[in-house]
Amino acid sequence: MVSDVAVDIAVLGGGNAGLCAALAARQRGASVLVIEGAPKTFRGGNSRHTRNLRSMHDAPTDLLIDAYTEDEFVTDLVRVTGGRTDEVLARRVVRDSAACPAWIRSFGGRLQPPLKGTLHLDRTNVFFVGGGKALMNSYYAAAERLGIGVMYDAQVTGLDMADGGIRSTSVRQPAAETTITAKAVVLAAGGFESNLDWLKQIWGDAADNFIIRGTPYNTGAVLRMMLDAGAQSVGDPSQFHAVAVDARAPKFDGGIVTRLDCVSLGIVVNRHGERFYDEGEDFWPKRYAIWGRLVAQQPDQIAYSIVDAKSAGLFMPSVFPPMAAASIGELARLLSLSPEALERTVAAFNRAVRPGSFDHSVLDDCRTTGLTPEKTHWARPIDTPPFWGYPLRPGITFTYLGLKVDERARVLMTSGKPAANIYAAGEIMAGNILGQGYVAGVGMTIGTVFGRIAGSEAGARAVA
Amino acid sequence: MLSPESLTEAQHVLTVCNACRYCEAYCPVFQAMETRTSFARGDVMYLANLCHNCGECLYACQYAPPHEFGINVPRVLAETRLASYEEYCWPAFMSGMFRQNGVAVSLTLAVVSMLALWPLVRSRDAVDDFYAVIPHDVMVGIFGCAGAFVVAALAIGFYRSRGPALSGPASGGPKRPALLDALTLRHLHSSGPDCTSDVDVRTPWRRYFHHCTFYGFALCFASTTVAAMYHVVFGWRAPYAYTSLPVMLGTIGGAGLLIGPLGLLSQRNRRDPKLGDPAQAGLDLSFIVMLLMTSVTGLLLLALRDRGAMPALLVVHLGFVLGLFVTLPYGKFVHGIYRTAALLTFSTEAH
Repeated sequence: MVSDVAVDIAVLGGGNAGLCAALAARQRGASVLVIEGAPKTFRGGNSRHTRNLRSMHDAPTDLLIDAYTEDEFVTDLVRVTGGRTDEVLARRVVRDSAACPAWIRSFGGRLQPPLKGTLHLDRTNVFFVGGGKALMNSYYAAAERLGIGVMYDAQVTGLDMADGGIRSTSVRQPAAETTITAKAVVLAAGGFESNLDWLKQIWGDAADNFIIRGTPYNTGAVLRMMLDAGAQSVGDPSQFHAVAVDARAPKFDGGIVTRLDCVSLGIVVNRHGERFYDEGEDFWPKRYAIWGRLVAQQPDQIAYSIVDAKSAGLFMPSVFPPMAAASIGELARLLSLSPEALERTVAAFNRAVRPGSFDHSVLDDCRTTGLTPEKTHWARPIDTPPFWGYPLRPGITFTYLGLKVDERARVLMTSGKPAANIYAAGEIMAGNILGQGYVAGVGMTIGTVFGRIAGSEAGARAVA
Repeated sequence: MLSPESLTEAQHVLTVCNACRYCEAYCPVFQAMETRTSFARGDVMYLANLCHNCGECLYACQYAPPHEFGINVPRVLAETRLASYEEYCWPAFMSGMFRQNGVAVSLTLAVVSMLALWPLVRSRDAVDDFYAVIPHDVMVGIFGCAGAFVVAALAIGFYRSRGPALSGPASGGPKRPALLDALTLRHLHSSGPDCTSDVDVRTPWRRYFHHCTFYGFALCFASTTVAAMYHVVFGWRAPYAYTSLPVMLGTIGGAGLLIGPLGLLSQRNRRDPKLGDPAQAGLDLSFIVMLLMTSVTGLLLLALRDRGAMPALLVVHLGFVLGLFVTLPYGKFVHGIYRTAALLTFSTEAH
């Protein structure tokens, strides 16, 4: 049986951007219904795995030191995206990021200075006490207090387009079908990174070996429907943000604990036991995001990080224990690598290491010479048992393809005109600002700022 | 005892937590965890006793059930705490009591105490004068022995809980006022206004009722101590006026010990059961019931001390007090001892 629901604002997606939109629309006086794809226990999209938000400020705040100015933030965005950013929208995000901490607190969200062990963020990023899921809990509790409705386990199965906008939205829950008629719709349903079929269309069978770090509910269904309905796209449809994660991680939802931080301390080999990239190119926080792609380009999309006992205690503990062995040959057998190949690679590496004074906190002078590829920092012979090995896979964080929007969060159609009553926020439109690359905490900033804009614009339209 | 499986489960949970660290700001458990890269038996028990079961980290956890990692820190640490009580227990053969110490056992002990006290009654129709019913020296003898045993057992437990070689950083001298943290229950609301009872449901009541219970207990203890000093040092004989110090302390304390346990009982039922260890329901309930019966009978005794029922009431009250006393080292009471010990350890770990 299909039931009909009429509401001022329908918000498709119950992550950070969706909840911010819902709350902002409600503050405008509109009635709001959030359609969340996940069941209640897994609500919150990828936001439940996040931990911080990047925020500009001209003077020290109670959470952040010094200043992080508008220009510096914009410069950072331009740098990491290689210029693939809409500067008008980027500047809007940056400017409005200053108000995000107060907005979060106004709904009971709790913030703290950066966690210990997170380098170089104490000037730029506020952290959520308990992480993104705790923040989502605060938003959902606030939504309930304010009378915002939430449908869980609810898949959007169709958008009925009419008059340049969405007339109604079809939603399926395990035991119900609902047609929602709304004066305006906010699209906040994320990217398509957990849609394995879609990934396969781009990456072929390699996609079978990808691990999805976040929610399995970001199928890109709403994104697909909008593109099919003539919305303008933004961002490279084939690209995703990926880091190297432990190959033993769950297929979905492994979140932060599956990451491995020991790459720069040792060597990384592929399944032929051969090195393929300079592990010591730069500080790990600046390089961890390239290793997802590097591993994705290796045969069978797998690689192995190998360190020796000298590195124990120098990196964040991983949730999976290392494969440990008393010899390189034995380690190779544990990792199902050719012992001869791995022994050859390690011996060649050890021979090429030049003497230096090891210091993991600076770009030190420990490097190899005469090796292809070289390791340019933190190169020390791998000679002290026990030897540790971690298998690596590409772990996909998010996809870049999205919907083009204007500064009022209105979705732009291929005609060049904004859709009549459709707004977008969060990952589904982050590609406008983040055409490629990433800088810590900016996803949550974009979601919060554009969630507020979208909710506010949609709410104002509905109650006008 | 902490089974190898339980230890492995606790270590799994702590390993996931230590690789995530999102909960760092909630409480000392996570701060102490982060100074370690592995978790030996002693570390797990230390962290378990450092946990105040405020509950925040379960709802914040991206890996909480039904996630396949199945992380429930409050539950696992609660289970470990019970095992640590058994491990630290003196004499060791009494450790089995923690899992058997239900309401029925405690009430039986109280009744047995009453039956044991009854033959000592000198006068069945005395009014106002408790010592006419049971002589002062007899009371001092019985409760002095029981008290000395309880203090010894708790002190040995405290010593044992501080004993395990912890793999954390060496002592850097007191960094935080651990006793103040214990007395204010700071970590029951360290991260925000109050501790949780469900997703985003935070109220101060659990802490308020705990304060009523603890300080009520302390005032009752003070009342008895002052009365003993009146008797022994100054030679002032009971009964003391309603406005006298021992009676005032006892009345206020008794009221706290009435309101506190009743409140804790109601809060218990409102709390998300996922936050606790169901195996400890009997342990919790029996302590609450014994405290409650002690205060109820004590207040009744005070109100009816000039009536004919006084001698019987006195025996009933003393029976509950004695029953409460002898179960202290083998019941919920020890949580205060071991948590304080853990806070002391935490305060001396260098951060």
